[in-house]
Amino acid sequence: MSHLPYILCLILFLIGLYAVLVKKNLIKIIIGLGIIDYSLNLFLVLIGYKKQSIFPILSKDTQIQPMVDPLPQALVLTAIVIGLAVTMLMVAIAIRLYEKYETFDITQIRKLKG
Amino acid sequence: MKDKNNNSGMTLIVKTVTRLTVGLIMLYGLYITFHGHLTPGGGFAGGVILALSFIHLILAFGKDFVIKKFSEKIAGVFESIGAVLFLTIAVSGFLVGYFFINIYGKGIPFNLFSAGIILPCNLSIMLIVGFGLFCAFLTLLLFISSKE
Amino acid sequence: MNNIIPLFVIIPLAGAFLNSLLGRFSKLFSDILSNIVCILTTFFSFVILFNLNLSPNNILTYRVGGWVAPIGIMLVVDHLSVLMLLTVNLVALCCCIYSISYMEKYTDKWKYYALFMIMLAGMNGVIITSDIFNMYVFLEIAAIASYALVAFGDESEKLEASFKYLVLGSVASAIILLSIALIYSYVSSLNLADISLTLSNMVDVNKVYFIKFISLLLIVGFGVKSALVPFHSWLPDAHQSAPAPISAMSSGVLIKTLGIYAMVRILFNIFGVGQKILSIIVILGLLSMFVGVILALYQWDYKRLLAYHSISQFGYIILGIGLATPLGILGGLFHLINHSVFKSLLFLTSGATESTLGTRDLRRMGELNKKMPLTTFSALIGSMSISGIPPFNGFWSKLIIIVACIQAKQYFAGFIATIVSFLTLSSFTKVLKYGFYGKSEVDHKNIKEVPDSMVVPMIILSLCCIFMGLLLLPQIRQYFLDNVVNVLQHGTIYATKVFELR
Repeated sequence: MSHLPYILCLILFLIGLYAVLVKKNLIKIIIGLGIIDYSLNLFLVLIGYKKQSIFPILSKDTQIQPMVDPLPQALVLTAIVIGLAVTMLMVAIAIRLYEKYETFDITQIRKLKG
Repeated sequence: MKDKNNNSGMTLIVKTVTRLTVGLIMLYGLYITFHGHLTPGGGFAGGVILALSFIHLILAFGKDFVIKKFSEKIAGVFESIGAVLFLTIAVSGFLVGYFFINIYGKGIPFNLFSAGIILPCNLSIMLIVGFGLFCAFLTLLLFISSKE
Repeated sequence: MNNIIPLFVIIPLAGAFLNSLLGRFSKLFSDILSNIVCILTTFFSFVILFNLNLSPNNILTYRVGGWVAPIGIMLVVDHLSVLMLLTVNLVALCCCIYSISYMEKYTDKWKYYALFMIMLAGMNGVIITSDIFNMYVFLEIAAIASYALVAFGDESEKLEASFKYLVLGSVASAIILLSIALIYSYVSSLNLADISLTLSNMVDVNKVYFIKFISLLLIVGFGVKSALVPFHSWLPDAHQSAPAPISAMSSGVLIKTLGIYAMVRILFNIFGVGQKILSIIVILGLLSMFVGVILALYQWDYKRLLAYHSISQFGYIILGIGLATPLGILGGLFHLINHSVFKSLLFLTSGATESTLGTRDLRRMGELNKKMPLTTFSALIGSMSISGIPPFNGFWSKLIIIVACIQAKQYFAGFIATIVSFLTLSSFTKVLKYGFYGKSEVDHKNIKEVPDSMVVPMIILSLCCIFMGLLLLPQIRQYFLDNVVNVLQHGTIYATKVFELR
């Protein structure tokens, strides 16, 4: 039962993977990739958790107590920005694809074959 | 988007409230950036809030009004200035010893001007992220409107 | 001498930022700045090569920011890194010189140069870093720059290919991030040397299963990035539609650095592979070889044919490395650098023919040996190298791989490798006959040789093809290639060496 958050993160990853593999609309594929990114960021933050610890911020009036691991939080900050850049690029390409092919359906955007 | 008096954008109530609040949003973004070494936040979060304030202006006043004052070329130049500033700070550590070393002195803890090079790095990241997001938004908006 | 290691990342990044600040005002400035950056990085990689034999343990280290590992990030250069650095920077220099006149037909050349410099900085960063999350960040930087560069231009094919490449690349990066998260949760350290030492000292019942699971995840993630079969479906489209210097960079060095170098570094030096993972790698290599060359046999588009041959030559490299004998690793790594050189050369010739004739179809090209002699000469040398005709460099590396297969008693693998070599030869005979020497269906009038800045890089790469076989002479080999083989063969000594010098 203590592993429940990790299993839920994995289920979220699988939902995003299902959206990327099965859906035929370009925008739904972009949203699916976003869900995959969010689930991995959540998994990274959950790894640093310790029981009965507080947040890892030091200010003038905090006593020294056990704190949660702050390193995965720094990793997640970078991973969020990377996900933002990839999403912006995908949306720009999707807009130009709509202008060229007049549709968002990926079964009709198939000029390259073989 | 224009009504019969050639006023683009949204209604008068939205425009008045925007004039009051967009400065506060920008100030909030600057606050989060400047206190990045004391409270959670830092360059990325502050930059995103700064970009949001510019986008708020476009949504309330319409695209043509904002582009006259603040075209995407100027936003691009600001973003590049932020990037060059970041690299200069990193390389200036080269002269003292190692790449990226802390050369500004640590100061008293929990003051605003302490903790070495974290504050200038946060500032340059705020410039890059804020103006970069705004430039990308403007590019997509201009592309869509030029096809109509 | 250790202080020039971070310059491999600083100089291209500075070039990219200065290009985006000042390059929009004058075209000549961005041309000159980018080429100076590439010349500087190539020069520094030669300097490091000549200094590496004089340093203790054959390793150069550098602490970023003065922080001691494992608290800080370390940059480590050993012989395998210097081999990749030389290849990446030399091919980047040739492609940068080539783009001076090839990209004239696109507007906004400064955007292209800024993205190119960022991709070069990312690739250099992957090679020299010794921290696993730093490797992931640089990998993402290079990958995002290459997604944008494949879509550079306005045709509909480019956008479709770039979208396909984007989606598959993002899923692969997500799988790599998942494996990094799992490694961190098990070892609680991010430094490569520290992970290796902690894993070897750890006593845990589940350790072997855990390492096998993470190795499989990493093979899938890096396999999509390096286009092994069955993860190869983005490669033909992306390399067919990209501009020619980007195809040359991507097929020549990008998929090698992001895919094979990262996988080899983590699997061989950090985890210490077992026999089962190696047999999976050998099977993937055989599959790639065979499927790639069969699919290439009925292509009539020049660049798509070259992309399928990339997949098949990758099978050779993976087969050589997967055998894990000294001769096999030597053959695999030597074929890696050979393939960079001759595949980039072939892609550059395809760009030259496309820019003068306006078509990529082999049936519509022809009789080019009279009107474009230098391009035809380069294509002839590239085709002979890839088919494995002595004395060009492709012959030596393929021979070493086949001999290593027989020495390791994998007779089936050696048989498949020989058959694939014959099929490659027949495919390139078709290219030379229809594309360059035979009669064409369409009559081409008044075409002439391509401009000088497109010919010079092709001549440089052709000379490399002819003379690179000399690297196998025993006097030269003991300085360079033998040390490279040592890095991979005694894999886990990497951690001990780095920790002595931290």
